[in-house]
Amino acid sequence: MRVLVVAEHNDGAINPSTSKTLSCVAELTSLGSDLLVMGNNSALAEQAARFQNVDSVLYMGNEIFEHQIAAVMSPVIAKIAQDYDCVLCPSTTFGRDLMPRIAAALNVGQITDIMNVVAPRIFKRPIYAGNAIQTIEIQDNVKIAATVRLASYKEVETNNQATIKNVELPEIELPSHTRFLRIESEATERPDLQVASVVVSGGRAFGSSENFELLYSLADKLGAAVGASRAAVDAGYVPNDMQVGQTGKIISPDLYIAFGISGAIQHLAGIKDAGTIVAVNKDADAPIFEIADFGIVADLFEFIPEFLAKLG
Amino acid sequence: MEKILVCLKRVVDYNVKIRIKPDETDVVTEGVKMSINPFDEIALEEALRIKESGQANEVIIVSVGPEDCQQQLRTGLAMGADRAILVEHSENTEPLTVAKLLHQIVQQEQPELILLGKQAIDDDCNQTGQMLAELCSYSQATYASKLSVGSNSLEVTREVDQGLETLEIDLPAIVTVDLRLNDPRYVKLPDIMKAKKKSLDVINPNDLKISMDPFFKVISVTAPPPRESGIKLSDAGELFDALKAKGLVD
Ligand SMILES: Cc1cc2nc3c(=O)[nH]c(=O)nc-3n(C[C@H](O)[C@H](O)[C@H](O)COP(=O)(O)OP(=O)(O)OC[C@H]3O[C@@H](n4cnc5c(N)ncnc54)[C@H](O)[C@@H]3O)c2cc1C
Ligand SMILES: Nc1ncnc2c1ncn2[C@@H]1O[C@H](COP(=O)(O)O)[C@@H](O)[C@H]1O
Repeated sequence: MRVLVVAEHNDGAINPSTSKTLSCVAELTSLGSDLLVMGNNSALAEQAARFQNVDSVLYMGNEIFEHQIAAVMSPVIAKIAQDYDCVLCPSTTFGRDLMPRIAAALNVGQITDIMNVVAPRIFKRPIYAGNAIQTIEIQDNVKIAATVRLASYKEVETNNQATIKNVELPEIELPSHTRFLRIESEATERPDLQVASVVVSGGRAFGSSENFELLYSLADKLGAAVGASRAAVDAGYVPNDMQVGQTGKIISPDLYIAFGISGAIQHLAGIKDAGTIVAVNKDADAPIFEIADFGIVADLFEFIPEFLAKLG
Repeated sequence: MEKILVCLKRVVDYNVKIRIKPDETDVVTEGVKMSINPFDEIALEEALRIKESGQANEVIIVSVGPEDCQQQLRTGLAMGADRAILVEHSENTEPLTVAKLLHQIVQQEQPELILLGKQAIDDDCNQTGQMLAELCSYSQATYASKLSVGSNSLEVTREVDQGLETLEIDLPAIVTVDLRLNDPRYVKLPDIMKAKKKSLDVINPNDLKISMDPFFKVISVTAPPPRESGIKLSDAGELFDALKAKGLVD
């Protein structure tokens, strides 16, 4: 099976989501994949060439790909995909925005969130916020278009030296109906939520953005990323990119500690793959305790300072 | 603009704890509370607000699914949509097929703006809007948390993994909405009565000449591996010791 992976990049670096997608390739074929990098920075191609499971990097350098607009990328990718049996993207907001356009251009159905490749044409994916797992089969000779669920895969090694091929932009008309205006993201030194090995998370119980400072100091002590429930984001305590759950980020850290989060199914959908789950909640009946490995009934405002003291 | 089209899917209500059928073919939907997909309700609310602000003349809602979808379409009409279309089909329909059917409706109705949910909470596919945008060759903005209508374009703020991205897109356009865009209104009893008089057209998919054959075969639907319930600890010291024993803190 010939596999094409579309790389995601931000701020001049290949996003770790690409690395996780490449680890799914190993379940599909032993032949590796071609990694398509569309951007405006050849350093991206060099970085891409180091990932395992990459046979060749296809670098398409052009300023029109600077902001990775799905409607501009999809016709180009659909053209390149003619030569492949399978096209993959990470299941991030980038991949989920883009892949359905590619699939529609190729006139094939799409598989969202591959969590496991049972056989090269049989896949497992979560439905109903991860409360059920669907096993689906796609017929022979139909191109596979899919996104890969990051929480199900580890990053690949970066000791490869794949060939880099410069690819010309095919001669097709590209739309001009979409203009990038700006991106607002809060600068943070903390690890990326989607690859962090430790995540501490806060819910509505924090009551204000000032009170989240307590959680940030714990995160810094543990080298952890910080997540939040939807209620905390809706209330404006933290930005949207911290939301964990069915409609936020689905994560798989080794350790997840939830403070003042009740444990709605939509939140649990985002943390079921965590190694160890700890919950601190003052309500002994909070549903989060049903899935927590370690539960502590306590007031988080008393608990966090005590825990910080223990960590020294 | 003249028309806004909003796509509504009938799904198991988000509060229902789903059960899997003993033969592992699907989840149980008989006798279960069904609702409009929560994201689609937000999409409809946004369309109604655009109309109420005088920037659109008509809001049309459309659903693809079994006859029972009429209940959700009636709710949408009670919220304030002007008319409804049901493409009636008894089986589950894959997103690409739904997108192709919607494409036919778009060609008939020629709306300037099409609003969908970012994902259906049953299949969690997150595909239909983008597929429709590709089929129509329209611009798209997914995961919208803010939308403002210009004379021939929209400015849309999108919730992406890196934060908030703002795009300007030309009309006709497709926008898929996220939870923070608005809080949908509640329907009042008189509106439910009024909605009974509004038009609800039922279309047979065969008339749209779209193949309903699925791309995928569902082999099984099973429960996820359960997480064993853990233990209660009494304080920060006990947690520290437990995590240290597992090598998770030092
Ligand atoms: C379609 C849809 C999608 C959704 N997607 C998501 C999603 O992706 N992610 C998500 O998180 N939610 C999502 N939700 C929302 C979800 O249903 C819940 O409303 C939300 O997760 C609740 O957040 P919370 O636990 O912070 O707040 P609450 O449910 O209000 O819980 C607060 C908890 O804090 C505890 N508490 C209060 N004070 C203290 C204290 N001092 N110390 C310790 N504990 C305290 C309380 O006992 C309570 O358990 C979604 C909902 C819908 C309808
Ligand atoms: N059967 C359907 N009828 C009407 N709209 C639909 C249907 N399926 C999907 N949609 C729309 O497409 C969005 C995304 O659905 P999905 O791609 O299935 O996650 C939903 O929020 C709806 O707005």
